[in-house]
Amino acid sequence: MPSSSMSEGMMAKPKLALYWAASCGGCEIAVLDTELKVLEIADFFDIIFWPCALDFKYDDVRAMEDKSITLTLFNGAIRNSENYEIAKLLRQKSVVMCAFGSCASDGGIPALANLKSKEEILQYVYHDSPSTTNPENVRPETAHQVAEGTLRLPEMWNTVRSLGQVVDVDYIIPGCPPQPDQISIVVDAVVDILKNGKPLPPKGTVLGADVRTCCDECDRKKDVKKIKQFVRPHEVVADPEVCLLEQGILCMGPATRAGCGGKCVNAGVPCRGCYGQPANVKDQGAKMASAIGGVLDTDDPKEIEELVATIPDMAGTFYRFSMSESLLRRRQG
Amino acid sequence: MATVKIRIDGQQVEAEEGSFLLPAIQEMGVEIPTLCYYKYATPYAACRMCVVEIWDKRKKNKVVTACNYPIAEGLEVLTHSPRVVAARRTNLEMLMSRCAPMPVLQEMGKKLGIEEPRWGWGTDTCILCGLCVRVCDEIVGARALGFASRGADRYVTTAFDGEADSCILCGACASICPTEHIQLEEADGRKIIHDEVTLGPNSAISVPFRQAVPNVPRIDPEYCIHFRTGGCTVCSQVCPKDCIHYDEQEKTEEIEVGTIVLATGFQDLDPEILKPYGYGKIPNVITAMEFERMNNAAGSTGGKIQLQNGAEPRSIAILHCIGSRDERHHPYCSRVCCMYGLKFAHLVKEKTEAEVYQLYIDLRAFGKGYEEFYQRILSEGVNVIRGKGTEVVRAGRGRAEEGDLLVRCEDTLAGVFREIPVDMVILCTALEAHSDAKETGRKFGVSIGADGWFIERHPKLGPVSTATDGVFLAGVCQGPKDIPDTVAQGGAAAAEAMSLMIRGEVEMDAACAVIDEEKCCGCRLCNDLCAYSAITFDEEKEVSVVNEALCKACGTCVAGCPSGSIKGLHFTDPQIYAEIEGILS
Repeated sequence: MPSSSMSEGMMAKPKLALYWAASCGGCEIAVLDTELKVLEIADFFDIIFWPCALDFKYDDVRAMEDKSITLTLFNGAIRNSENYEIAKLLRQKSVVMCAFGSCASDGGIPALANLKSKEEILQYVYHDSPSTTNPENVRPETAHQVAEGTLRLPEMWNTVRSLGQVVDVDYIIPGCPPQPDQISIVVDAVVDILKNGKPLPPKGTVLGADVRTCCDECDRKKDVKKIKQFVRPHEVVADPEVCLLEQGILCMGPATRAGCGGKCVNAGVPCRGCYGQPANVKDQGAKMASAIGGVLDTDDPKEIEELVATIPDMAGTFYRFSMSESLLRRRQG
Repeated sequence: MATVKIRIDGQQVEAEEGSFLLPAIQEMGVEIPTLCYYKYATPYAACRMCVVEIWDKRKKNKVVTACNYPIAEGLEVLTHSPRVVAARRTNLEMLMSRCAPMPVLQEMGKKLGIEEPRWGWGTDTCILCGLCVRVCDEIVGARALGFASRGADRYVTTAFDGEADSCILCGACASICPTEHIQLEEADGRKIIHDEVTLGPNSAISVPFRQAVPNVPRIDPEYCIHFRTGGCTVCSQVCPKDCIHYDEQEKTEEIEVGTIVLATGFQDLDPEILKPYGYGKIPNVITAMEFERMNNAAGSTGGKIQLQNGAEPRSIAILHCIGSRDERHHPYCSRVCCMYGLKFAHLVKEKTEAEVYQLYIDLRAFGKGYEEFYQRILSEGVNVIRGKGTEVVRAGRGRAEEGDLLVRCEDTLAGVFREIPVDMVILCTALEAHSDAKETGRKFGVSIGADGWFIERHPKLGPVSTATDGVFLAGVCQGPKDIPDTVAQGGAAAAEAMSLMIRGEVEMDAACAVIDEEKCCGCRLCNDLCAYSAITFDEEKEVSVVNEALCKACGTCVAGCPSGSIKGLHFTDPQIYAEIEGILS
């Protein structure tokens, strides 16, 4: 698919687009966090669209020829009609479409909203939350009449989706955010492909990550596990040598793709699972829940229930970054 | 120490220089009377019965106590010369005149020709030999005893004549006392310490039971003086083969094997939880196992059936189904109680004049020759009552003439409620699975049924094998059974194990779980998951490994692997997802 158009782009500078949809902006910071590499990126590519950093209009993109953008790094989940529209537009204009970061690849933190309906969320945010003052009971509108004409706002969807669920995605760069060293590696690989005509990796490849799991990058000593009680990191002083899971601190490391370098776990914070499911796993949260079920240190159904009850926010723990791509996708009804 | 030559009663012997004379004389087989001598304690020469006549190196003639006279080159000894005998007679007579006529002194007097001491018998029972003091000091190490006062007022006592805190109640002083001056008594004044029905050994060193394997004595550190005070060590000094080492520890040995036969047996239901029977509260309510022990000729009553006070029971009730066939405890039948209950009745009839009552729900005399045995018991005049014994109480004053206890039951054949007066109650307690059977099962990959017994592979087609290849079951650990059935199952298990071993190789199912070494992150979440202990951890590669010979392809680890590195070869995740999608489409 992309190879012929990509080599055509060699004539001029290859064109790079970066976009943020439903995202916190951390992915953008991560790109800047590559330090001197960002100058190399700016030098090698012609950055033609980056709303966070440079002034471009959507119409500039609309005016481009199809497939004229060599590479788009798209971060953020698809939360509203605007996200969707730009995702479609960039897909149409780009040779390579890359889901950049957890939200674009798996739904990320925004997708935890799928545990509620749109109505519940609006009700809480605009009426019920303790900090809300809304005496006129205003709700966001998609169209508003003013003297000058009609103002339009994008429409919020009921379900948060990953980028792959709305457009065709070529590659995935996971992480919340993708680690700067991994971004540098991916950039180097792209440069290598474009400059030296190296073959592209097969479509769907996860870039900037490893085949194993976070445990592989964790320096702690791992033993047979028997969990007696779940605790949160602030409730104990964790042994710095021993696997966090063995100490009852729920760590998503075993069910999370390697790539981050084990930064959290080696600093004493349990893995939250941002690098997504490992290669052979379809549903990260279910896999972890299934694994935890096997190492509870009791056979008594009542004790199991009590022990499981000590896991705080089960969906938020197991599916913190992967709700959209999980088998659950969202709460029904 | 050098060996020197001495002459004893004209006979030349070799002995160790500096060692005492008495052991050398005794070794020759010459009998010397002693009262205060104990081989393992320091000689004290208090009783002066061991006197002998000697001529030393300088030919000086004198009478000395043999127990503490050191041997030297050229010593000549006469053990029964007229001078020696006269000295012994005088010494004994003086002891006699101090003491009451005690058997040990009378016996000794008979041998020396003294019936009555010239100065008449005294009243004391202690001869002040100090053996108890030395034993308590040197051997036991408790140092609870000592002498008090001087001269004629001297006596053996504890510190300040009070209760000795340092006494460890070992009883060594009482057992060593030559005159039985020291007696053991229970603090609450009971005379008989009735331990006939305890199953374990009650001495500190003993062979646990006659058929024990290995059939060697063992030390019970709870009773052994050495383990309590660090003293004694008499047994190691006595042992001619130098077999006793106090520093030996229990050790775990790892043995590599190809097949395993589990024959872990059962435990007896603890009848104390069944309050109405009063076990542990009411005397002479005992379990079948305790009765069996009492019956054993090697048991502590020497096979005599007796009550706690040593008397023969006038009547005995045997209560069947205690905890078995009981919804509150074990719903199953323990299978062996009916027949051993009948055997007990037969033994009681054979050994005593007692009346026997069998209280049963159903009599299950199902085996070969069993029904015939039942008929024989009936003809022996055993009272067989159909009705479960429900309560045992102490008989009131009016009923105690017939028996100390009353057993209450409903006689379902006669349709009446009975209160049977008996002296002894035997509870046929349920056979139950060991309390740690679950752990054992887990260790060997054998599952446990709801009743606690190990589950065989198939109740009819695989009665001795288990879900884990190479692990077989024999005996009651698989379910209650009697001796013939146990022997048969044991033979079958051994044969099955042999047939595997002789072939030397096993055929395996192609279905199993495999771990992708490239993807396994070594989190070890799966290690304890496998019911068949097929997963181990390769410390070097830092990955988990499935032993394909043990894997039963159950898929637990496949589902449990958080990184998706374990694949069930027969059912891969994509296959299962495809099936689900197929069904849902």
